[in-house]
Amino acid sequence: MIETKKLIKTYVDGNTITPVLKEVDFKAESGEFIAIMGRSGAGKSTFLYQLSLLDEPTGGEIIIDGQNVHDMTADEKTNFRLTELGYVFQDYALLPDLTACENVALPLLMQGKSKSEAYSIAKTALAKAGLGHRVDFLPNQLSGGEQQRVSISRAIAHKPKILFADEPTANLDNYSSGLVMDMFKELHKEGQTIIMVTHEPEYGRLAERLIRFDDGKIVGEELVDHGYLKN
Amino acid sequence: MPQFIRIGFYLALRQVRRASKWTTGLIIFVMILTFLNLVVVSGLLVGLIEGSVVAYKSQYFGDITISKLNKKDYIENTPMILSILDRTPEVSKYTARYAQAGKVEANYQSRVKQSETDSANATFTGIDPEKEDAVTHLSRRIIEGEYLVPSDYDKILIGSMLIKKYMPIDSPGFSQLNDVAVGSKVRIRIGSSTREVIVKGVLKSKVDEVSAKVFMNDKELQSIANRQDYSVDNISILLKPGSDAVTVRDALIRSGISNYAKVQTFEDGEPKFLKDIKNTFALLGNMISSIGLVVASITIFIVIFINAITRRKFIGILKGIGISGRAIEMSYLFQSVFYALCGSATGLAILYGLLIPYINTHPIDFPFSDGILVATPAGTFWRISLLVVATMIAGYIPARMIVRRNTLDAILGR
Repeated sequence: MIETKKLIKTYVDGNTITPVLKEVDFKAESGEFIAIMGRSGAGKSTFLYQLSLLDEPTGGEIIIDGQNVHDMTADEKTNFRLTELGYVFQDYALLPDLTACENVALPLLMQGKSKSEAYSIAKTALAKAGLGHRVDFLPNQLSGGEQQRVSISRAIAHKPKILFADEPTANLDNYSSGLVMDMFKELHKEGQTIIMVTHEPEYGRLAERLIRFDDGKIVGEELVDHGYLKN
Repeated sequence: MPQFIRIGFYLALRQVRRASKWTTGLIIFVMILTFLNLVVVSGLLVGLIEGSVVAYKSQYFGDITISKLNKKDYIENTPMILSILDRTPEVSKYTARYAQAGKVEANYQSRVKQSETDSANATFTGIDPEKEDAVTHLSRRIIEGEYLVPSDYDKILIGSMLIKKYMPIDSPGFSQLNDVAVGSKVRIRIGSSTREVIVKGVLKSKVDEVSAKVFMNDKELQSIANRQDYSVDNISILLKPGSDAVTVRDALIRSGISNYAKVQTFEDGEPKFLKDIKNTFALLGNMISSIGLVVASITIFIVIFINAITRRKFIGILKGIGISGRAIEMSYLFQSVFYALCGSATGLAILYGLLIPYINTHPIDFPFSDGILVATPAGTFWRISLLVVATMIAGYIPARMIVRRNTLDAILGR
């Protein structure tokens, strides 16, 4: 479903050249839940940015559903993110002027859905995330955990092919982290493809495949006994 | 409706609604000042001259004036012309005036030497006081004494420019009376006739045709000047409301009046230099206003730029979740238009609800005119359009600059 071939990302700052991703080959199938782990600076977030088309790789290829995204224009990539991808940011990345419902509805409106339809889908998604009573709240009126759940609702409301999550529990307490990870488990049960970067082994092991990154390369991979899927 | 416009409006509406009220208020305040600067500065400069023009029209010229032909001394066949005016339905009122050059002399009884003559050259205007007042409201120009009545004899109204104490003018070739007041006896000399008359009132106006003349009853002037032919020098006509001066002028010309006199609307008779001054002042006003417009555009540019810079992360997020750059740019464009329209609407309310009515009732006292504020609806609409377009450009450019930056850098604040 999504594949990288010899993916390279190098940052150049004056005379300083920093290779961050070094010819990464990766493949994920539809419906997989993959956790990417590694120490700080290993390149895992950078890898996620390339996969989610938020950044432009220096070299190599990214192929999603057989389409090489290298050939896409910037506008086509934006539209691809809108329709096919979802992204959960570490710091929630909600728009402060929009209510929870409006935040979730915005990509749906951009897709051309009517306001009533977009709001209805957004409210359903928020209710599913346990935030049915918070739909008209602005982000600054919500707790961190609630904001992250709004962020997840926004990322999945349009039913993306792939959901990316960059350390979604990094800023949350244990309770909120648990709620967020429960959402990911539920989504995975429903067949959602998820690629998540995390520092926390406990949450990494909730995925069915765990990839270890170091020094810009995949250095290990293991299948996890995903017991929760069997229940 | 294209999707990017719909989303741009959706985002702009929410950003404006939830923005700091102080910031929004400040931006709108700047827009109000800019609007007023655009309209009021040029409006006042044009109004300086326009005030003078309006006064000249209302206090002397009327809607149409009939005056003598260039090579004639008077308007011949005046009775025929007056009867045509009486039969013209659009004519509301008119006043026929006799004019005669002469001299007025004061303090001639008390002077010691012949060289101490206290006199001034003046144009004597013979009027029917009631008809003149009906057309030009001459009685309102009285600042001392009383207005004439038809039965007055040996009584005159004297313009303040002819009396030093009212309007001292130190100019070679221009003579004024030194010590004349209401009730003073003065001697007037017209041609070879001399008569002693009493000053019944003093007139003051910023229209020279009023303040530099001596007015008296037409019958008396006819008698002094020995003009028994009823041929007047000019006729000022006031039309009924809604009448078109050009149409009436053409009708009067067709009636044969033009064989004996010139028929001119106010626009025909307006001196070219006055039109040139008006155009020059309008140009000057526009230049000053343009500077204001540039300053406002820069202000909006800075405000939107700072706004976009501080919201760079959110612009990045919008792009990150798939909102198109054009939709984001459009949201800033809508915000700019909102600020411009709010500023213009408030400015319009201040202009037409406060400034124009106030200045109309309290004209600005310039030495040569009572300055008014000229703001035609067409001119004001043009300036609003200019302001909106300038603001849109000033709002769009910084938004585009920020939107075009790398999405990830914007999200990560790099």
